[in-house]
Amino acid sequence: MTVLALEMYRSLPRHVAGRVLGSRLPGSFSGFVAPLRLVTRDEPDVRPGWARLRTRLSGICGSDLGALSGQTSLYFSALVSMPFVPGHEVVAELLDDCADLSAGTRVVVDPVLTCTARDVEPCPACLAGRTNHCERITVGHLRPGLQTGYCADTGGGWGQRFRAHRSQLHPVPDDLPDEQAVLIEPTACAVHTALRAQAAPNARVLVSGAGSVGLLTTLALRSLTTAGEITVVAKYAHQRELALLCGASEVVTPAEVLRRVRRATGAFQVRPEFGAPYLLGGVDVAIDAVGSRASLETALHATRAGGRVVLAGMPAPADLSAAWFRELEVVGAYASAQREEHGDGRGAFEIAGELARTDAVRGLAHSMARYPLYRWREALDHATGAGALGTVKVAFDPGSTR
Amino acid sequence: MSRPGFVLEVDDRTPPLLVHEGEGFRLEQFPLGTRVVYPPESMPAVPDVDATIRNALLHPVDADPLPSQLRPGMRLTIAFDDLSLPLPPMRAPDIRQRIIEAVLTLAADAGVDDVQLIAANALHRRMTDAELRHIVGERVFRSFHPQGLLYNHDAEDHDNLLHVGLTDKGEDVEINRRAAESDLLVYVNINLVAMDGGHKSVPIGLASYKSLRHHHNARTMVASHSFMDHNRSHLHHSAWRMGRLLAEHLNVFQIETTLNNDVFGAPYGFLQRREWEWSLRDQASVLAVRRGLAVAPARLRHRMFHDLRSVYGVTGINAGEVEAVHERTIATVHRQQLVEVDGQSDVLVMGIPFLGPYNVNSTMNPILATCMGLGYYFNSYRGRPVVRQGGAVILYHPLAPQFNQLHHPSYVDFYEEILPESTDPVVIEEKYERQFATDPWYIHLYRTSHAYHGVHPFYMWYWAAHAMDHVRDVIWVGADRRAAQRLGFRAASTLSDALEMASATVGPSPSITYLHNPPHLIADVR
Repeated sequence: MTVLALEMYRSLPRHVAGRVLGSRLPGSFSGFVAPLRLVTRDEPDVRPGWARLRTRLSGICGSDLGALSGQTSLYFSALVSMPFVPGHEVVAELLDDCADLSAGTRVVVDPVLTCTARDVEPCPACLAGRTNHCERITVGHLRPGLQTGYCADTGGGWGQRFRAHRSQLHPVPDDLPDEQAVLIEPTACAVHTALRAQAAPNARVLVSGAGSVGLLTTLALRSLTTAGEITVVAKYAHQRELALLCGASEVVTPAEVLRRVRRATGAFQVRPEFGAPYLLGGVDVAIDAVGSRASLETALHATRAGGRVVLAGMPAPADLSAAWFRELEVVGAYASAQREEHGDGRGAFEIAGELARTDAVRGLAHSMARYPLYRWREALDHATGAGALGTVKVAFDPGSTR
Repeated sequence: MSRPGFVLEVDDRTPPLLVHEGEGFRLEQFPLGTRVVYPPESMPAVPDVDATIRNALLHPVDADPLPSQLRPGMRLTIAFDDLSLPLPPMRAPDIRQRIIEAVLTLAADAGVDDVQLIAANALHRRMTDAELRHIVGERVFRSFHPQGLLYNHDAEDHDNLLHVGLTDKGEDVEINRRAAESDLLVYVNINLVAMDGGHKSVPIGLASYKSLRHHHNARTMVASHSFMDHNRSHLHHSAWRMGRLLAEHLNVFQIETTLNNDVFGAPYGFLQRREWEWSLRDQASVLAVRRGLAVAPARLRHRMFHDLRSVYGVTGINAGEVEAVHERTIATVHRQQLVEVDGQSDVLVMGIPFLGPYNVNSTMNPILATCMGLGYYFNSYRGRPVVRQGGAVILYHPLAPQFNQLHHPSYVDFYEEILPESTDPVVIEEKYERQFATDPWYIHLYRTSHAYHGVHPFYMWYWAAHAMDHVRDVIWVGADRRAAQRLGFRAASTLSDALEMASATVGPSPSITYLHNPPHLIADVR
């Protein structure tokens, strides 16, 4: 049996074109530049411990857009296998019984392809439950792939069918709508980010960016930590409302963030020659939830000496002078772990499942835009301009034909 | 003999009248029956300024002649008004320079060695060396500035402030230590408008925030009816109490000067002439300037106005005991600026010019424009406000939300953060004033750069508190709509639109009064 899927393939010309044009003409990669095609593929076969899944909804993540537009660092080229079907934010339905889960169960997928899924000797990180630190993501019976959605052997959520290992699956309660369930994976990442922030009680936190990553991170910070003031940087009006719903103390525009942080913290502002101003002083923790140079530098420039900067978005090259001079702790926050180190011992997906029931996530899900696979160009266009178009998340609905 | 001010009633022969609006002006056709209050023409200047200065110093009012107060070994401090006066700045030599030179000559003759000069800028920005030089002149600047003996007052230099005491109302009196500990403090003022001078000079110009907060607050400002009448101004009452306390500890020799209304020289002379009396040359100038302004880039337009230096004539110099001097000064100011106005009107119209006290060599941002219109111009009355309680004020200014980052850093935050929360002066004062007043960055910029103190935008807003309390409607003609809205006001494209908008407040046929200033005037409302 064959199924429809969107497939990302290797194309040097398109990669180069995307890299050149992607940031200047954001819409271009959904046209001729994106190395993506709608194909029919054979339905995946399964090994013991694995199951076939039918995708119900699969979100478009910023990292997907980065990969398609050639903006992602080539660092990751060794960690993926082409061609692959993207889509790691997935709510799906089991087509096979899988260990304790019976066919028909609705699940969300922790996309990290760990030692268990690859059927290799567990690495120290996986043994400790820090599955996002897995060191075996290129070996085992699967071809390289840091996650489902980047591996040629697993398929991904942007296809009608894919496969996943039992260790990746988290059943979804019947009363949780698909639109909220598909946000569990990004919420789990946000949980991980919030815990990586290690915000002290009453710490002042800056979240730079109010897309789904920024909003969900704000929600996680407010729900899981005792952080004090949380300032969120948002470009658009709907993001402002959602940020407040997620627990932001205040929402500012990119143009006013430095000024607002300066005044709130009593920091000093200085302006270098030929450069943008920055603060001496600032917030205790800043989270870059965009991954752009501007956003990362905002985070670096608005954090007090000795503060912490968390990279929640895949980072762009930026001036790291502040990190050195202010002795900032710059930490990454990649995916989520089966046992969160700085939490209460639970996995990020378990916590995210609870947060997915909140009004904030319901609000985010409410504005979700859904597209069938064949309208992928429109979907990518929409996702690229999601903020301006009043949308937080765009998702594929592979089962839909309209 | 100069002609007094008068009130014109617009009829069908009245030509379009000039209205200032920032860095520009327009010719406005006012509705029939509009009252237009014109300032008096310039009084004649004293024929010999140096002789007048000498006479004032040798024959002071209620004080010993200055030479008799000078002796070797004494500490002499000369304080003077900063660049907020006069407006526009005076063409060199500034009158302060001439007076300071005369005082220094007497001091030198008496063998006084310990002399320092302090610009009484209170919480205003530090003046640049060039601005100081313009006020005191090249000779004084070169003699004192390199040695650090000529400097701006620093209201945040706590080691160099002295808490002199409390008034009977519990107000802190804290001023510049050097001034307070001098054997003689000579204060050189320019009394451009009736609000200036008297005990507003030393107790305010050389004070700290701790002292200023007692009168620069919403409650006091609302109760000052008006600032141009120190007898009925709570702000001045407070300053007077402070001044009288200071007088018990400190020997102040006050020198006050008054200027005439020669504000605009060529090619802007038409700005102070009455429209129906414009000569062909004036009309050509109007046309040329309007065309020039229309095509000039913003930077050039700014320079066209801000490079302007006025040719004021000095109408009087009085020296001696503060209050006695000030009574004489005020009498002269009134002779120059007072215009009798018969009763209040429903609508008050005012054009806000390019310059106010706090944007010399800078930008008039929306907060300063509000202060200028609803603070200074609205308060240019004696007796009762020109507009009735519950009436409407129509102002002309573009209200471009542009801020000078060097001079007005805290204004940006005030505009962006505070005004969206509230425009009520009382609420703003209670919730935010202290934050801004104690913000270390603003204090740093005030002390080391050329920034107004962090609390300064609050004071600008308080200046407008009386007007905001008195009228129900404030409409800005030709203003940026979003900026007007941010300030809590409304914007209109034309006067007709503004009157239409105000009709809900004052009815469809309101009585209208237009204050035709600058030059300065005080409406003596009967």
